[in-house]
Amino acid sequence: MKAFLILEDGHVFTGTSIGAQREVISEIVFNTSMTGYLEVLTDPSYAGQAVTMTYPLIGNYGICYEDMESERPWPDGYIVRELSRIPSNFRSQDTIQNFLEKYEIPGIAGIDTRALTKILRESGTMNGMITTKEYESLDEVLPRLKAYTTGKVVEKVTCREKKVLENDGLKVALLDLGAKRNIARSLHERGCQVTVYPAGTKAEEIIAAKPDGIMLSNGPGDPKECTSIIEEIRKLYETDIPIFAICLGHQLMALATGADTYKLKYGHRGGNHPVRDLETGKVYISSQNHGYAVDTKSLDPAVAVPAFENVNDGTNEGLRYTGKNIFTVQFHPEACPGPQDSSYLFDRFIHTMEVKKNA
Amino acid sequence: MPKNPSIKKVLVIGSGPIVIGQAAEFDYAGTQACRSLKEEGIEVVLLNSNPATIMTDKDIADHVYIEPLTVEVVERLIIEEKPDSVLPTLGGQAGLNLAMELEERGFLKEHNVRLIGTTSETIKKAEDRLEFKSTMEKIGEPVAASLVVESLEDGIAFANKIGYPVVLRPAYTLGGSGGGIAHNQEELEEILANGLRLSRVGQVLVERCIAGWKEIEYEVMRDSAGNCITVCNMENIDPVGVHTGDSIVVAPSQTLGDKEYQMLRTSALNIISELNITGGCNVQYALHPESFEYCVIEVNPRVSRSSALASKATGYPIAKVAAKIALGYTLDEIPNAITGQTMASFEPMLDYCVVKLPRLPFDKFISAKRTLTTQMKATGEVMAICDNFEGALMKAIRSLEQHVDSLMSYDFTALSREEILKQLEVVDDRRIWLIAEAIRKGISYEEIHAITKIDLWFIDKIAILVEMEQALKTQELTAELLKEAKRVEFPDNVIARLTGRTEEEIRDMRYANGITAAYKMVDTCAAEFAASTPYYYSVFGSENEAETDSGRKKVLVLGSGPIRIGQGIEFDFCSVHCTWAFSKEGYETIIINNNPETVSTDFDIADKLYFEPLTPEDVENVVRLEKPDGAVVQFGGQTAIKLTEALMKMGVPILGTSAENVDAAEDRELFDEILEKCGIPRPKGHTVFTAEEAKKAANELGYPVLVRPSYVLGGQGMQIAINDKDVEEFIGIINRIAQEHPILVDKYLQGKEIEVDAVCDGEDILIPGIMEHIERAGIHSGDSISVYPAGSISDKVKATIEEYTRRLARSLHVIGLINIQFIAVGDEVYVIEVNPRSSRTVPYISKVTGIPIVPLATRVILGHKIKDLGYQPGLQPEADYYAVKMPVFSFEKIRGADISLGPEMKSTGECLGIAKTFNEALYKAFLGAGIRLPKHKNMIITVRDEDKEEAVEIAKRFEALGYRIYATKGTARALLEADVSVRLTRKLEQESPNILDLILGHKIDLVIDTPSQGVEHSHDGFIIRRNAIETGVNVLTAIDTAKALVTSLENTDAKALTLIDIAKI
Repeated sequence: MKAFLILEDGHVFTGTSIGAQREVISEIVFNTSMTGYLEVLTDPSYAGQAVTMTYPLIGNYGICYEDMESERPWPDGYIVRELSRIPSNFRSQDTIQNFLEKYEIPGIAGIDTRALTKILRESGTMNGMITTKEYESLDEVLPRLKAYTTGKVVEKVTCREKKVLENDGLKVALLDLGAKRNIARSLHERGCQVTVYPAGTKAEEIIAAKPDGIMLSNGPGDPKECTSIIEEIRKLYETDIPIFAICLGHQLMALATGADTYKLKYGHRGGNHPVRDLETGKVYISSQNHGYAVDTKSLDPAVAVPAFENVNDGTNEGLRYTGKNIFTVQFHPEACPGPQDSSYLFDRFIHTMEVKKNA
Repeated sequence: MPKNPSIKKVLVIGSGPIVIGQAAEFDYAGTQACRSLKEEGIEVVLLNSNPATIMTDKDIADHVYIEPLTVEVVERLIIEEKPDSVLPTLGGQAGLNLAMELEERGFLKEHNVRLIGTTSETIKKAEDRLEFKSTMEKIGEPVAASLVVESLEDGIAFANKIGYPVVLRPAYTLGGSGGGIAHNQEELEEILANGLRLSRVGQVLVERCIAGWKEIEYEVMRDSAGNCITVCNMENIDPVGVHTGDSIVVAPSQTLGDKEYQMLRTSALNIISELNITGGCNVQYALHPESFEYCVIEVNPRVSRSSALASKATGYPIAKVAAKIALGYTLDEIPNAITGQTMASFEPMLDYCVVKLPRLPFDKFISAKRTLTTQMKATGEVMAICDNFEGALMKAIRSLEQHVDSLMSYDFTALSREEILKQLEVVDDRRIWLIAEAIRKGISYEEIHAITKIDLWFIDKIAILVEMEQALKTQELTAELLKEAKRVEFPDNVIARLTGRTEEEIRDMRYANGITAAYKMVDTCAAEFAASTPYYYSVFGSENEAETDSGRKKVLVLGSGPIRIGQGIEFDFCSVHCTWAFSKEGYETIIINNNPETVSTDFDIADKLYFEPLTPEDVENVVRLEKPDGAVVQFGGQTAIKLTEALMKMGVPILGTSAENVDAAEDRELFDEILEKCGIPRPKGHTVFTAEEAKKAANELGYPVLVRPSYVLGGQGMQIAINDKDVEEFIGIINRIAQEHPILVDKYLQGKEIEVDAVCDGEDILIPGIMEHIERAGIHSGDSISVYPAGSISDKVKATIEEYTRRLARSLHVIGLINIQFIAVGDEVYVIEVNPRSSRTVPYISKVTGIPIVPLATRVILGHKIKDLGYQPGLQPEADYYAVKMPVFSFEKIRGADISLGPEMKSTGECLGIAKTFNEALYKAFLGAGIRLPKHKNMIITVRDEDKEEAVEIAKRFEALGYRIYATKGTARALLEADVSVRLTRKLEQESPNILDLILGHKIDLVIDTPSQGVEHSHDGFIIRRNAIETGVNVLTAIDTAKALVTSLENTDAKALTLIDIAKI
């Protein structure tokens, strides 16, 4: 069946419908990863967005459920050049076609994803609609597209209840703002007992549990929408518990301590972004997925200083908090998908917790 | 870290002559590196024995030495030029081995020269089997169970322990020379004995056979600060067991999930870090298809064929970045030249699919085994880019120029289901065509996979193409169907064939429905950033993004496609120089080519690069978009010449010599008319179509005769026939190859073969120099030793040649280059061949005369006159030194290939000897070609009757040099009669010890074996020559070559070679 992708600037792409056939309006973003389509689909940070994969051949190795980064796929829509007719991998349990249908994700295949990417690159991220309906006039559609906002999505993706991954090592409280599973897994693998808290948890409850460290996860949406969470994070900041934050967690900590964030023109989404550790000068290739960034000009050095920067565009990629055991990064050391080069940051976090504990 | 200021003068070592396993990719890497160094103000000294390369141009390096790649030469060069550093990682295995030898001898330290790029410890850790294995074990990277052995006994014992089959890999060899898979002890003994001999250090690795696993490669970069990135990963469609150079390769990997992809990526980074590599590195993996188990197969601590492919597949200039890293820069300090916005410290993301196909030489070596093994056999490769795999494969297939345009091109329809299943067990170059037939016959994916181990995903893609064939055959051709056929890159001619329409009808239907090619950019970043480098590939069904309005005049330069025997790197040299020359004249230059190994497909050579097949349809698509003001075809070999007619039909003016005149040189009757008009004699001959006509013509002319198809390359299918039986056989062979052109039968004249390249402006000619061949006529010019200046011919002959060249160039209205081959019999000069285009000898003669022929020809094409370009027309004065071009062969790589020389070209490359005296130049040329004598001072002579007299003289001279001569009965008798002391050896069919045992005993330096003319009906000579080649013995099959060799040995002091900087010529 024919499907259409209509952008708010009036561009229309015609392709084939995949997944669910319902109509959806969402923010259209692109991801440049060549592998890891399932991890992208199940990354909660994509809630409220429709993802375009710039790599044209998707679904080649099927679906392996254990690679899911959360319990379900989150994007509002999925945009690809071509879906593989057969999956081929020893672990594959399903096809991507079935997967999209099962979770009722609408999508479109067979469009010129490169042309779409160029539009998003030049004009910036914009809203769009995936539909199987052939509109005679866009006059009715475009105002609806322009009016769409992502809204508060953290609430949608966070876990409903607290849960514990038992282990006998350090106790880590993970505030789930839309966490990818590999964050908890990375800590758990390193011996930590991880308690996952819903995003709405009060700081007092976390502090009362006396964790050795607090982990703020990644998550979707505009950080400035998360006003009440920011309040709680400010309280966490005030403690002396070591904190490590990723992506949205990083942005929220910055907002909680007086810095500002802004929306990037078209974000960083992919597995090839070079980040420079400003302390050592070393460059790591990182996995990224963010549409907002911390404005370094807004930083008060007495509170936080840049720790990482993006080698391509110089945007902030991490902060070190002055006089605190707080370290936050914009990129994804938990990878999945993407390079594992910065997974050493989990070791650093563990080391910080140990030092604090033994002090 | 910024540039190291103490690096001021760097010696770059090239890779020498083109052989199988070490080809044009190193010219590409070396050229890019030299330009990268010069850009930093470094003084570059270049050493490479290969004159056909671009890197040996004086505008690429400051000092250029085209000298043999031996330790002695490098040592002398270092003493004379005093570089402070040597960059060894860009010249392939040859350059690396040389540098290692110098380091081990302590020479570099003694002369305060450092190796930059990668240290000798690193090279040793990666290349030495034992050290590599222990390093991998140390960092927990798995390698297949293996043992380095130095003897046959140890190898057998270990194989018995781990069980057959086992893989054998000799240390320090290139292209997997001497390696293979042994399924039993007998095979082990054969391959291992060979491998031990070929290894520079006498070591062979015996390892657990992981054949059938997925073969995955990663190209990795690392700088001195320890920053690492992966440029690209690649998946071989052919599982482990076929050399990656002979495999169909796809980039990026298609069947790996993120878990597998990242697992291997992390491993590659661990390895490059542990080895402390600074520069580029290639890591090859075997990945178990049904688990996460993997083994590291090999690490190449240098740029390689794979890195050239990865550079072209991603747009990331590996060699350029590696050179900058060698100077001390870190990845985040080096700009990404493609985007102009980002830095080299990022990983390219592809938004397309790349397929590489090997170009195998089985059309040249008809008797050779087509099986593919761990020993590489391909002479070159093609690459294609598309937004889907099927399309990339279809484009790559038609880029091969091997009469293949679809998966129907090899006809297996006669095979039964059972026969196909059996045939699938054999891994050869036609396997994907056979799989297509298997699918047509209804054989299941699983059955095909069970035998071939090729991943189901790829089999399904082949099935999609087969289904499209069926659809086109059986369904009505709707616009929708046509659109889909074009999306997967079915060419119009194939669609026409399948639908029973004409190609024009298909094209018209396409245009009527708006189905046209669009061009997308290779930008390293999947469109995330705006890129500034116009490097394009075509797709159907998408938006075009190539910008075509530059306001300048545009010229289209057609490249020469894959490297093959008969059309090598020299045509890339010509294409690149032509492009540069047009650029200097203010033109916008556009290159179309499909060879990832070459300089011409580097992103910054032309203003625009279209990475496309060189077929009329693909070229037309570019033409429709770009509307060039003209096209040049005379620099891209036969590939480009073949497109002339098509270009004219498209309305593109052919710049330079017109198409009619190109035709006139190829069309026998037209050409005869011109010769007659010019008063130039040629050997008598006839044009025929059938074997009967050929025999009639041959008898009328009198045997021996030359039989060849018209419009050929490198003498393909050309043979000397001495009787009717030969004629019948040759015509049979010619007709087996698709043949639309008539066959030529010429009287064979035995005389001195002479060759000239000339520039003609329509009135005047410029001949840089006359070259003569050492071997008598009858051996292909590409396989002959060529000498400049031609010392043995009279001034009268030279004057005649100059005059004939002038007459021919004028009558053919040549504007640009012409290449003419003559035969001189006494003072009589005959023309045997005229090519109104550039030739194999152009780079060589340009370099040794210092006359930049290609730029001159280009300017002439643009209307300049020779007189106005600062040259006196006519034959230029001779140089005061000699230059000898020596052919180099790759026979040891191609099992079953007959090595005897004849009218069909067999060499893969060439090297140059240049010196003040002829003898020294000759000696250097032999040395450069790997003939390093004397060693054991034993030789075998077995010649045909007509060569016996000359053989006696040669034998006497070798005897005087202290050689012990063995000969078979007939030759021995002749030698004894002439008082040469000779030892009789038994013939092959006689009992042991016979001639074969002698050869296999490793004590023979040289075999002189001249086969009888005509079809060799006895197989003895063939077996002797093959065994000698495979034992590493030098074999000469022409008496003239033998004479030249002994002359060079008699007169040269190997220790006192002089070096010549050709940049000063």
